Amino acid sequence: MTSQPYRLAEGGVIDRTRPLTFSFNGRRLTGYSGDTLASALLANGVHLVGRSFKYHRPRGILTAGTEEPNALVQLEAGNRSIPNLRATRIELYNGLSAASVNCWPGVRFDAGALIDAVHRLVPAGFYYKTFMWPQGGWHVYERLIRRMAGMGRAPEGADPDRYERTNAHCDVLIIGAGPAGLAAAVTAGRSGASVILADERGQPGGSLPDVASDGDVTGTSWLGDTIAELQSMTNVRMFTRTTVTGYFDHNFLIAVERVTDHLGPGAPAHLPRQRLWRIRTSRVVLATGALERPLVFANNDRPGVMLAGSARAYVNRFAVLPGRRAVVVTNNDSAYEAALDLHRNGVEIAAVADLRAVPVGPAAEAAAAAGLNILRGHAVVDTNGRRRVQAVHVAGIGLDGSLTGPVRALHCDLVLMSGGWSPAVHLFSQSGGKLRYDEMLGAFLPDGSRQHVLCAGAMNGVAETASCIVQGQDAGKGDVPAASEPTASTVDAHWPIPARNRSGEVRQFVDFQNDVTAADISLAVSEGYQSVEHLKRYTTLGMGTDQGKTGNVPGIAILAGSLGVPLPAVGTTTFRPPYDPVTFGAIAGRDVGPLADPVRQTPMHAWHAETGAVFEDVGQWKRPFYYPLASETKHDAVARECMAVRRAAGIMDATTLGKIVLSGPDAVRFLNRVYTNAWGGLEVGRCRYGLMLGEDGMVLDDGVTARLAEDRFLMTTTTGNASRVLAWLEEWLQTEWPELDVYLTSVTEQFATVALAGPKARAILTGLTSDIDVSAEAFPFMSWRGGHVAGFPARVFRISYSGELAYEISVPARHGLELWAVLLRSGPDYAVTPFGTEAMHVLRAEKGYLMVGQETDGTVTPIDLGMQWILSTKKDFIGRRSLARSAMLDPLRKRLVGLRTEDPELVLPEGAQILPTAPSGPPETMIGHVTSSYWSGALRRSIALALVKGGRDRESATVHVPLEGRTARAEICDPRFYDPEGLRLHG
Amino acid sequence: MTRYSIFRLARNALAYRPNWPRAWRSPDPRPAYDVVIVGGGGHGLATAYYLAKEHGVSNIAVLEKGWLGGGNTGRNTTIIRSNYLWDESAHLYEKALQLYEGLSRELNFNIMLSQRGVLNLAHNEHDLKEMSRRVRAIRLNGIDSEMLDPQGVKAEVPVINISRQVRYPILGASLQRRGGVARHDAVAWGFARAADARGVDIVQNCEVTGLDVVNSRVRGLRTSRGTIAARKVGLVAAGHSSVLAAMAGLRLPIESHPLQAMVSEPIKPVLNSVVMSNTVHVYLSQSDKGELVIGAGIDGYNSYAQRGSFQIIEGQMGALLELFPSFSRLRMLRQWGGIVDVCPDASPIVGKTPVEGLYINCGWGTGGFKATPGSGWAFAHTIAQDRPHALNAPFTLERFSTGALIDEHGAAAVAH
Repeated sequence: MTSQPYRLAEGGVIDRTRPLTFSFNGRRLTGYSGDTLASALLANGVHLVGRSFKYHRPRGILTAGTEEPNALVQLEAGNRSIPNLRATRIELYNGLSAASVNCWPGVRFDAGALIDAVHRLVPAGFYYKTFMWPQGGWHVYERLIRRMAGMGRAPEGADPDRYERTNAHCDVLIIGAGPAGLAAAVTAGRSGASVILADERGQPGGSLPDVASDGDVTGTSWLGDTIAELQSMTNVRMFTRTTVTGYFDHNFLIAVERVTDHLGPGAPAHLPRQRLWRIRTSRVVLATGALERPLVFANNDRPGVMLAGSARAYVNRFAVLPGRRAVVVTNNDSAYEAALDLHRNGVEIAAVADLRAVPVGPAAEAAAAAGLNILRGHAVVDTNGRRRVQAVHVAGIGLDGSLTGPVRALHCDLVLMSGGWSPAVHLFSQSGGKLRYDEMLGAFLPDGSRQHVLCAGAMNGVAETASCIVQGQDAGKGDVPAASEPTASTVDAHWPIPARNRSGEVRQFVDFQNDVTAADISLAVSEGYQSVEHLKRYTTLGMGTDQGKTGNVPGIAILAGSLGVPLPAVGTTTFRPPYDPVTFGAIAGRDVGPLADPVRQTPMHAWHAETGAVFEDVGQWKRPFYYPLASETKHDAVARECMAVRRAAGIMDATTLGKIVLSGPDAVRFLNRVYTNAWGGLEVGRCRYGLMLGEDGMVLDDGVTARLAEDRFLMTTTTGNASRVLAWLEEWLQTEWPELDVYLTSVTEQFATVALAGPKARAILTGLTSDIDVSAEAFPFMSWRGGHVAGFPARVFRISYSGELAYEISVPARHGLELWAVLLRSGPDYAVTPFGTEAMHVLRAEKGYLMVGQETDGTVTPIDLGMQWILSTKKDFIGRRSLARSAMLDPLRKRLVGLRTEDPELVLPEGAQILPTAPSGPPETMIGHVTSSYWSGALRRSIALALVKGGRDRESATVHVPLEGRTARAEICDPRFYDPEGLRLHG
Repeated sequence: MTRYSIFRLARNALAYRPNWPRAWRSPDPRPAYDVVIVGGGGHGLATAYYLAKEHGVSNIAVLEKGWLGGGNTGRNTTIIRSNYLWDESAHLYEKALQLYEGLSRELNFNIMLSQRGVLNLAHNEHDLKEMSRRVRAIRLNGIDSEMLDPQGVKAEVPVINISRQVRYPILGASLQRRGGVARHDAVAWGFARAADARGVDIVQNCEVTGLDVVNSRVRGLRTSRGTIAARKVGLVAAGHSSVLAAMAGLRLPIESHPLQAMVSEPIKPVLNSVVMSNTVHVYLSQSDKGELVIGAGIDGYNSYAQRGSFQIIEGQMGALLELFPSFSRLRMLRQWGGIVDVCPDASPIVGKTPVEGLYINCGWGTGGFKATPGSGWAFAHTIAQDRPHALNAPFTLERFSTGALIDEHGAAAVAH
């Protein structure tokens, strides 16, 4: 076969010196640099590209741009595969490989097309009316339906490419680099404003290369001069291959730059595949042009039926003939320009069927002068051809829209249709702008805008290039473009064009991708789905990957016609972001893999990792869970670590606890409000435990706060809640109590903290400090001292979460690892054992200490925890009033208890539910659940904490805990299992 | 009501012109009704249907400001499950799920309930503990739920990444096999058609502009289509609950937030189950059409505009690609927002109000769709009997003053 038999010898913006080979459905073909996949396919005479969503009908190339509903392909294979890309948007590169989607075994013979044979059984919404038997049966039918649906396939492996997200700010963002956009950019640029000009194509110029014949004003010199001037302006940035796709509030817009897509897999490795731009701008100029609409006639979906303007683009921009013998059908003047361009390039124009009885416009006159066969008041009413159009049927159409006269067949391999142009108002509508319907143009135009946005050019219904440039200049200055009358050709709407036979077999497609026909719309209307939104949802009109860019306006027109109301009364569906689909990877940017969320590590992390610690994720932090020796199980390791603390000494990395410095004269007042207990009496050098409640009276967080100075406190929070507590405190300070003179500073990462716990703790610390008196008298429990430990400046807090004699030593973070090392080798006399969070959990549970997030879940009050002692009665605090509500005083609220299993070896699973009686079959009466449960080496038995209705009132009662396959029994007891008097702690 | 069936489809297929009757009428509002339901979403339509069917109320109108099903019913991610922690919620959502299971046949409208299983993922020790608690409680309430280890997750969802070498590896999951998805529009349409067949007037494009309350008793409503007298009024207008309640002088403990969702382009089946993760915060399923339907958290600010900020979408995308790295090259096709009314305890309000004859059903937050039939069923009972059913008795407005909250926020943040 001749290479590229439909390629013209000259013309176009393609580079004939750079031929490219590619494959489509396994066939090797050639094209040129500058081609799209679609233009290269057409150059090779390939029209059958895909199959439609529902009926699997053969589909060709309808358009030359973003609006393409038909020509969807799977690009490449393996991990770089991409489904559903539009052939009209893929820039050809050497070695490109693409295949049709939604067909099996192939696009020529597709088994799925069987559904087309029984299409009458499956009109719009058929699935709502059947598949209801038996109950639950849908799940079975669904499997088959799902296999039929979908289009392309997801890649199987991880994405080998990289994506970026970048912010940009400018005075003026101009979207669309056609004549209007370029004029706006150069005007704004000359004013000195910072300008971004973004366009989805590889080259600026918009549709100028599509309509190269459009001569006078725009001869290439204007285009070239303008681009050169823009390139010389340092305040103007031109983004090509960049689609502005989302318009949010406050002039915030999202654009996707396809950095290397046009290079294919061979792109340089240092470049991201795509870059998501987040643009904030003072002003937006929309110069997004207009999209041509199809006409709705019977079998208008065959390959070879194409939009007239797109065919013109293939001839002019790509030097490709989309066929040899064409029939043109139009309701406006613009298609004549296409007919003339094709005619000039050797395409035989069999006829131009103009729905208008009296075609008006310069192009129509030129066509007549050129001798084209113009059929006034005629329409194409049907087509023939299986995989490519072979003939059309033409008939006269009266003023009332009915067919007149005989139906004639015309042979052709190409049908050009034009239903007029729809301004690309998508982004304008996303911005919140209102639309108005223009009867003459048969189109929705921008009306009132809600944000600072101006529209220019074809999207205002302006057709002539010169007028577009004037509008662009106005918008570039910041003026609303002079309200020039829309100059696009008026249309004579015929939605749909009547069919020649009325047997009910007629299918006039409105949505080509989803196979929605005019009859489907009428059916939906007759069934009561009359709101445009109902219509969309019932028929799936406009819900394909093209989002109805070509079919929505005809669909709305047919809806209005069926309802017998004027079109504006129907309105449009909501235009939603994105204008053009956005790659997931580009949205995520670098927030994937190791960067999905920051990993926070303490200064001692390297030691933990080298020692083989098992880590757990706590918020963003990595915390050592336990440190197994050689072959130790988790159970053995935790038991060993616990015993070391109880018998000698252990150290734990406590760096991750949140640390907030509160400073200012009102610090005490502030603490009094956010904590339940009173803070006025706390002396400098002392610490106090505090409990923080939400407004609902539920425990929010806890921690120890130390008074550093008269007007300065250091608060600790739990690890997981650190940022939440800071935000909580700031919210109160900033929004409720701005009069308080308090400042909060997070210092979590400024200090490394080691908890040293165990009976030998004091002896160890004594050996490491010369300026802190650590004797029991000089340094009592719940106090802190400043000085030096191991030579490092340190704050030492005598506090304990393990119930042992314990100190928490804080040093500047840079000394953390050294301090840790010093403590570990602090003398052969005392074996210092590192312990992890799990041992800490066990030790504190033995003491009956609460752990926020484990004993609490947002539904637990201090009273429930047996902590009435911490609720001051002398002052107000956040949550206090909520605690006075009647349900809070219910004696049957769940309260904290201890649980002793009948079998001391049995460690209950945490989360196990507690029943008052043996289970009898669901639904059971549940009175609580196990919140914490461990093996206690110190007590040589299991222990558990639980929240149980009635709490300690049930002490000594036996409760039942259903487990997998059996039920355990346990006794309710005091939650303080170990050293209830606190002798060790105070020792 | 003309019954839908495969036979009628076949007969219509052979007909010269298909002859399907209207799914519902489009009546003008009458001057007076026994019960007026404000809000033509799933919950409101279900309420009207069950009022007519279960309680013999014959003179009912549903007033809808826009098009029926156009609020959150048509904007959610269609997930249905009943795996709730607390007894009160479990019973209510389970009632809804049971009604869903028979709903297509009950309404003679295929709502496409697909019980493909809902997985909730655990990513840390705290998640696992919470999950253990939940699954045990749910099972003891007689509702199906099971725990999966990472291999079990992989078996259910072959496309998911269970590698330990990711930021937040999957440590396990709970699975409710009876959970799944349904076609959200069909739920609204099915209830609308069935309610209409029982004589309910569904009035679209009818905005309520005022409530007439005399001596703490509701008398009627002012609407964009005239004044309507009503003995009883039920407010079921998610996204605008506070606005409507304020017309009767009521202040609700509700915050209205945007909640966004998105779909990918349609692709061949790649994901069967519904997958949800609280910790990396994203949830998704694949629709019958092939689109991945993806949701995440609410926008932090209050709003009535049905649009959100893009940062939320960015955040959920990072989370999604952690779980499904092979989805990176798929493309977002469409993105939208709805307004959710959130109560302080993340549980709904379904019951009476201090105004006699005025009932309210609101505050379903981000999870109302799954409750639709159960909510309507219980609310219909409440309106008809002027007292709540046992199922919704705990979900009163008063609970915010008594403190008898039903906190379904899930776990508090892990904290130690």
